[in-house]
Amino acid sequence: MSEPWDPSKPILEIENLSISFFTRLREIPAVMDFSCTVMAGEAMGLVGESGCGKSTVALAVMRDLGKNGRITGGSIRFKGRDLTLMSEEELRHIRGSEIAMIYQEPMASLNPAMKIGAQLAEVPMIHQGMSRDEAWKLARQIVADVRLPDPDRIVNAYPHQLSGGQQQRIVIAMALMSKPALLILDEPTTALDVTVEAGIVDLVKDLGEKYGTSMLFISHNLGLVLDVCDRLCVMYSGEAVETGNVEEVFDKMRHPYTQALFRSIPLPGADKNARPLVAIPGNFPLPHERPQGCNFGPRCSYFVEGRCNAQDIPMVAVPDGHRHETRCLRSTEIDWSTPPAAGKVTEKAEIGRVVLKLDDLKKYYSVGTSAFGGGMQKVVKANETLSFEAREGETLAIVGESGCGKSTFAKVLMGLETATSGQIMLFDENVQSTPIQMRGTDTISKLQMVFQNPFDTLNPSMTVGRQIIRALEIFDYGNSDAERHARMLELLDLVKLPRAFADRMPRQLSGGQKQRVGIARAFAGGAKVVVADEPVSALDVSVQAAVTDLLMDIQRKNKTTLLFISHDLSIVRYLSDRVMVMYLGHVVEMGTTDQVFAPPYHPYTEALLSAVPIADTRVQKSRIVLEGDIPSAVNPPPGCPFQTRCRWKAQVAGGLCEKEVPPVRMLEGGHQIKCHLPDAVLASMEPVIKIAAE
Amino acid sequence: MLYFVLRRIGVMVLTAIALTFIVFYMTNLPPNLEKLAKSEASVRMADDAVASWLENNGYGGPVLVRYGEWLGVMPGWTREGEDGTLRGRCIANGTDPATAPRFCGILQGNWGFSTVFKQPVTEVLARSLGATGWLMLWVMIVMVPSSLLLGVLSGMREGSRTDRVLSTFAITTTATPEYVSGVILIALLASATAGISPILAEAGWISGKTLFPGTATSAMDDITFWNFFLPVMTIALYGIGYIARMTRASMTEVMTQQYIRTARLKGVSFRQVVMKHALRNALIAPFTVIMLQFPWLLNGVVIVETLFNYKGFGWTLVQAAGNNDIDTLLACSVVAVFVVLVTQLISDIGYVFLNPRIRLA
Repeated sequence: MSEPWDPSKPILEIENLSISFFTRLREIPAVMDFSCTVMAGEAMGLVGESGCGKSTVALAVMRDLGKNGRITGGSIRFKGRDLTLMSEEELRHIRGSEIAMIYQEPMASLNPAMKIGAQLAEVPMIHQGMSRDEAWKLARQIVADVRLPDPDRIVNAYPHQLSGGQQQRIVIAMALMSKPALLILDEPTTALDVTVEAGIVDLVKDLGEKYGTSMLFISHNLGLVLDVCDRLCVMYSGEAVETGNVEEVFDKMRHPYTQALFRSIPLPGADKNARPLVAIPGNFPLPHERPQGCNFGPRCSYFVEGRCNAQDIPMVAVPDGHRHETRCLRSTEIDWSTPPAAGKVTEKAEIGRVVLKLDDLKKYYSVGTSAFGGGMQKVVKANETLSFEAREGETLAIVGESGCGKSTFAKVLMGLETATSGQIMLFDENVQSTPIQMRGTDTISKLQMVFQNPFDTLNPSMTVGRQIIRALEIFDYGNSDAERHARMLELLDLVKLPRAFADRMPRQLSGGQKQRVGIARAFAGGAKVVVADEPVSALDVSVQAAVTDLLMDIQRKNKTTLLFISHDLSIVRYLSDRVMVMYLGHVVEMGTTDQVFAPPYHPYTEALLSAVPIADTRVQKSRIVLEGDIPSAVNPPPGCPFQTRCRWKAQVAGGLCEKEVPPVRMLEGGHQIKCHLPDAVLASMEPVIKIAAE
Repeated sequence: MLYFVLRRIGVMVLTAIALTFIVFYMTNLPPNLEKLAKSEASVRMADDAVASWLENNGYGGPVLVRYGEWLGVMPGWTREGEDGTLRGRCIANGTDPATAPRFCGILQGNWGFSTVFKQPVTEVLARSLGATGWLMLWVMIVMVPSSLLLGVLSGMREGSRTDRVLSTFAITTTATPEYVSGVILIALLASATAGISPILAEAGWISGKTLFPGTATSAMDDITFWNFFLPVMTIALYGIGYIARMTRASMTEVMTQQYIRTARLKGVSFRQVVMKHALRNALIAPFTVIMLQFPWLLNGVVIVETLFNYKGFGWTLVQAAGNNDIDTLLACSVVAVFVVLVTQLISDIGYVFLNPRIRLA
């Protein structure tokens, strides 16, 4: 199968590739004039927002565009052979053996009815004609290679018996079964928690080095790309706009979109008051509504009428660059070192009286073990002894990975669940055991929520205006329909949506716009406390900045208390005043943002911070990878909840961590840590994130 | 697992009791009993004679008590006749009342006596169920493989020409009830004046007047392709279309799953993708449907057996219902309930084996 091939030549060479999808109405160009080369052993990053065509490129390399997709021009050469000209049969020999792919959703990409071992063993059985026993043996060995514990058990398990991180390792193992020359990773960690993500990224990097595999790494996360890749290609609306070495593109970007992208993500040093993020104005153009000339033109601050929209813009090499190209006519004219026009600097909002106070809140669920009733009753301790207070005008971030109990807490607070014990004081009212149906209109309108997924939380068959008016009706606002209508228009102004949107249906709105409607609805009754459950995590980075900004703006105006639930530490660092870190239902650390993001850390916070990829070449991080998975809340470990994965455990004398839940300790300035570590050890901790001197 | 099965059996028994009581109540409504009395004794009986006949033959008293007697949890009725002999539910004619058992319901194996066939119900049932069993077996042998094949073939490439042709066929057959398709089949294949038989006969290709015989009575003794083809096809056609539609829907859904893409991009050939990756996942839904099809077959056999004069369960049911044969009707309903519930139990257990994500405790 393998023909002589010169390893100094590129493994993958894509030239002027164009891909279109054909619908009944029209041809929709998804990728236009895309070129890139991947050398042997190189990791190439494809970066861009959703809809920019990066996954389409990956599927085109696999020649799996589906019924409607077609390659309309250009070539994809793999080891010198043009994939676009290959027959189904030839492709089949390359798929899985020479090019392998790792997908975004590990659960969905494993066959639920086949054992892990069978799915893995299939690859060498097809491509190398290996015998069944040998293939299973190899599968077992590769499972051990991707650092999964107890490979014998795992090869005989079904996918649903593994955790998300383990499943992704299996998908990686499957891709590595026949030592491919090129590995395509399509957002491999997006569905995973940060600490799990860190482990997977480490694994991918190590395996890449070990086997000399080239990689095409698709991601929307610039920090991850910096971590993994050697080279980078930024895509915008179906075109590559800039490509080059990762360091060059990060430090000396030569395309306005790349620059705008970096300015809209919260890097260390950004501050919501002094140095706010700069959102990219406007919206991503729909594929059939692309402007003439430069696609980014209408949103670009360097746009020149008559030049940028006059002709198609070619890729040009950047002078003094190393294989660095950009699709910008003005790349040599723009002074790239000017700092962003200083955004409006705002005063730090004043923090007022306590509006929400939790005292020793507990929420336990009891679950039956069998699907048909009976069996043992088990208790899931979703929240353990939650005590904190939130003040008027304050942003309190609640941070933690999936299963840490942050959503349960939100449910109890909102009244969707009632607390098992403890107290919640909202203003002067005890609400811990009042379900939402029993709460007064006043309480409900004062305490509102902004949801994670704006796509599912709007009623698809009601106009935007009607949905907001409905909220106003429920909150008993106003005396007449006219009054409510007027208030609805005001709310649209508040969230910076045009008033004409009142008559639109949710499907006509983009993700960011929908989230604005969600925010308008939450603030309809003049909410004083707003729980924002990952309000921007479903949105693209450039939109995230705008939505976060909006939330901050409204907060300043209304003196709202914001409980910001998130797993994204960068954004938390950017906008919150105080941070609460949760793990397995426990609050392990709480303090002001500066206190939490600087030593002394709780060991879990330390690991969490080190796991977050940061898109800044100046940042140096110490790498702490947590072993294993988060323990199940049904069966938590004895003693400290974090002890099974803690790297500091040896520093505590007498195995105390395994015996006792640590008490909450007050450090300087109201900083709380739930840990047994002695003061001396805590004081000796090094900061995880260091910014190298410029 | 054992616990689950036990629970299921418990539910089955309760359902059976409830259902048979409903049937018992309906068949024992006063007008029915009056009809029974008149047909058993004399058509010209006066109203008071009817009442006394019913009273003497154990049809008096509260319905619940009689239901209990039929079930075998209440002692059977006894009456002293005018001649001084003791007659009773449990006392067969000409036997000594002293040796007769106290209870004699279906729990004791006493299913009663069929008034139509003049035979114990057990014998009637055994004969007719045996006949229907053969019919059902052949229907299943024809229906299941062909419908699964049709469904998988049309579902694996959604929207292709194969899919459209097969789907059209499936929709047509499932939209045609047995009493229509049976008549059409007879007209087409088993009529001496219509369909293809006259043409074939004229050409001298068949020796008789028709290609297939219009009845299946001879299949009672000896099943051949010729006498069984029409009844089997009549029932199977409907089910083929139905199951094929289900399989197709399930198959098209599975084929769009990401793990199918994974398999394809692993280099697995299309044939293997279908056979190894898609099939098992796609069969989970149709499996339940096939199991539901068993009770539906009971329904189909009523029409088909009557149409083709095949003396099986369906035919017996029709005869019993038409002639007010209470014991036979009740026994038929017990059998029907049993078949429905047992197939459901099998389907639930089989589901677990097909779908590893479901485990019963």
